[in-house]
Amino acid sequence: MADVVVGKDKCGEQRLVSLPLSRIRVIMKSSPEVSSINQEALVLTAKATELFVQYLATYSYRHGSGKEKKALTYSDLSNTAEESETFQFLADILPKKILASKYLKMLKEKRGEEENNKDESEDDEAES
Amino acid sequence: MAERPEDLNLPNAVITRIIKEALLDGVNSSKEAQSAISRAASIFVLYATSCANNFAMKGECKTLNASDVLSTMEEMEFQRFVTPLKAALEAYRREQKGKKEASEQKKKDKDKKTGPEEQDKSRDEDEGRLEEEEQNEEKEVDN
Repeated sequence: MADVVVGKDKCGEQRLVSLPLSRIRVIMKSSPEVSSINQEALVLTAKATELFVQYLATYSYRHGSGKEKKALTYSDLSNTAEESETFQFLADILPKKILASKYLKMLKEKRGEEENNKDESEDDEAES
Repeated sequence: MAERPEDLNLPNAVITRIIKEALLDGVNSSKEAQSAISRAASIFVLYATSCANNFAMKGECKTLNASDVLSTMEEMEFQRFVTPLKAALEAYRREQKGKKEASEQKKKDKDKKTGPEEQDKSRDEDEGRLEEEEQNEEKEVDN
């Protein structure tokens, strides 16, 4: 089976797919309910993944703020995941980053709310 | 087969190269961005596989095939991938056909030169190349 096919092969021809088929296959098989995968489907999935990487990179760069610095950054990607419907499925794995101080503040506020709710329900119990 | 976490990742070197070739000259990508794209690519494979499997389940044959993958790209709103994928599929089929014909020709030439004993030996050699058991699952299904 053609595994790692990077760049040119022995005959010097350009390979169809750069990503290793064996690895793509492992990922595909980890999906439950998938019984068997035809070789063509494997090759197309690998190719589609390459197209996806290209698309995600260029889209994020075009729409991102990294353009001024001529660099693609993580925040360009997380912006894409949040704002583009097509890339919505990535939102969970590309979360927006916030400063630690902001996060701690959020936690505090949340705890404050929970304390208030707790006090209220205790009051209710006391009344009844 | 137990998967180790790293098995579900794609090789960084290849991902980085694809990113580099996609972006214009002089545009860099941070390590963090590269690693994020790599994770995204794995998720893409999972999502696409699950979607393609739904298409496969509808048909008689439960094996995931090329048309399931193409339908999936439409479904996931990546219609832009369909044309290049079809081209890749054609190229792959031609390549496979070429390989098949070449090996059949090789066999014919070999059979002419050698006796029956030698023929059995060469057949075993061919089978030896298909080591992994999973290979059996990957036989081409005619669409």
